[in-house]
Amino acid sequence: MTLSVTLRHRFAGLTLDVAFQAPPGVTALFGRSGAGKTTVVNAVAGLLRPEAGRIVAGDVVLLDTAARINLPPHRRRVGYVFQDARLFPHLTVGQNLLYGRWFAPRGPGPALERIVDLLGLGALLSRQPGALSGGERSRVALGRAILSNPRILLMDEPLAALDEARKAEILPYLERLRDEVALPILYVSHSMAEVARLATTLVLIEAGQVTAAGPAATLLADPAAAPALGLREAGAILTARVAAQEPDGLTRLETAAGPLWLPRVAAAPGTTLRLRILAQDVMLATTRPEGISALNILPAVVQELRLGDGPGALVQLDAGGERILARITRRSAAALNLAPGSPVFAVLKAVSVAQENVGSGA
Amino acid sequence: MTDWLSPEEWRAVALSLRVSFWAVLASLPFGIFVAYALARWRFPGKQVLNGLVHLPLILPPVVTGYLLLLTFGRRGWAGQVLDEWFGIVFAFRWTGAALAAAVMAFPLMVRAIRLAIEAVDPRLEEAAGTLGAPRLWVLATVTLPLILPGIIAGVILAFAKAMGEFGATITFVSNIPGQTQTLPSAIYSFMQVPGGEAQAARLVAVAIAIAMAALLLSEWISRAVARRIAGP
Repeated sequence: MTLSVTLRHRFAGLTLDVAFQAPPGVTALFGRSGAGKTTVVNAVAGLLRPEAGRIVAGDVVLLDTAARINLPPHRRRVGYVFQDARLFPHLTVGQNLLYGRWFAPRGPGPALERIVDLLGLGALLSRQPGALSGGERSRVALGRAILSNPRILLMDEPLAALDEARKAEILPYLERLRDEVALPILYVSHSMAEVARLATTLVLIEAGQVTAAGPAATLLADPAAAPALGLREAGAILTARVAAQEPDGLTRLETAAGPLWLPRVAAAPGTTLRLRILAQDVMLATTRPEGISALNILPAVVQELRLGDGPGALVQLDAGGERILARITRRSAAALNLAPGSPVFAVLKAVSVAQENVGSGA
Repeated sequence: MTDWLSPEEWRAVALSLRVSFWAVLASLPFGIFVAYALARWRFPGKQVLNGLVHLPLILPPVVTGYLLLLTFGRRGWAGQVLDEWFGIVFAFRWTGAALAAAVMAFPLMVRAIRLAIEAVDPRLEEAAGTLGAPRLWVLATVTLPLILPGIIAGVILAFAKAMGEFGATITFVSNIPGQTQTLPSAIYSFMQVPGGEAQAARLVAVAIAIAMAALLLSEWISRAVARRIAGP
């Protein structure tokens, strides 16, 4: 099922005018605070009525201002995970989880046991929300939304209120959710690290307009989109499979681009991982470097070279079918005589892939 | 229990309890509705409604009693309609005392409940909506449980006010022993009679005891509710 959104709405100081499709998987709405992302999600949930627009989930029209259709929030069946969790303080965790059950259509839906298990909520069921930590609250809010058996799941910066440790605690749950629950998820974020780990589709929103949209892996490896996504944060996604845990503390990964060694990744051999390789961590060489400490040297071919306005340049590489993005200086690009088709070697230090950039799943 | 109060005194106490109980119970649904309307809705005439609700607090009680007599008395338009259609008579009956007590206590009840509603985070109600709950369900399962402490406070305040109501009651339904002679009216009557001070003093003690009991009960209930909401 696909969610299709077309909206126009004017505020003081911002005109929102967006149109995009969210196929199954995680569609990330990425952009700065104030770009209009939350407004889009609120319109999908029915909490805000836009001046004009059409929102369709699968074959159900949620909103069509031209046809005067505007389903109230409780008939839209969208699970909304709010940034501030919004658990009911007078109900226990278990009662919060089951709240949406009263109104969900009869028939097969997600089972309580499975969601409790998936989100690790077993020990919390009889507690009151007031006694939960921030991370626990986020997980309960997530479970509550899923258990209302929605057509789509909306998440408005569900991790923004959490510190780094709590984020690291929740992200694996979100990945499992994406891979195990077949729901289109609309995920609002201004954190590229989160988006790179979770998104299958990326919609970039700037000042109320969609400036780029497409499959996340393609968009993140596109040098043209990188300035809008943030140059420091630019980096392609690499799919890898854990091959072996080596005795010196490294993990050997197999990728289409070649073998990679990373500091120990806590995953069993055979597990599929999603690596985000930051463009600024990739060095290029025209001959295979020797006598170098970097462990990961991948042969590749330059696909595209994009010179910036400043001293930098972004190079998109093809390494065995995978895309890698490298950020180098224009001077280096000229010195190495790089052009589309040039054979190069991408050099990556093993320690430069941070744990937060290693995610599970496809 | 009755041996330390004379039958006449006991009648006054029982009547006051009955009048106050029904005054509070019958006005509570209206109180919640008006408090919700004032707290959440925007409509023309909102300030007029707000003023009307608070009027009994500011007007001399005698004036309120007189207006009730004009409206709900035997010849009042509302009194006639209610009598003919439903057989409900307020004039010089205990029901009239209950009506007077309800009207006088209404502003206090509405105020307490309104404050509680204004303290409820509307985003919680929004969240309930996104989980599929229709409006009335949200009201019953989220709003009402969250404002329960405010409702209890409003009920106790209104009950205390109803127990003490004197001016409007005596103006509207007079001071008939066994019919409309409530606790304050009885105290007033005993004080008009030479040698009635002892009786008056006993009733004053009863009034103090009831007020204290109501206060302690409300404290206890609202603490229990707050504990349940905050969690262990």
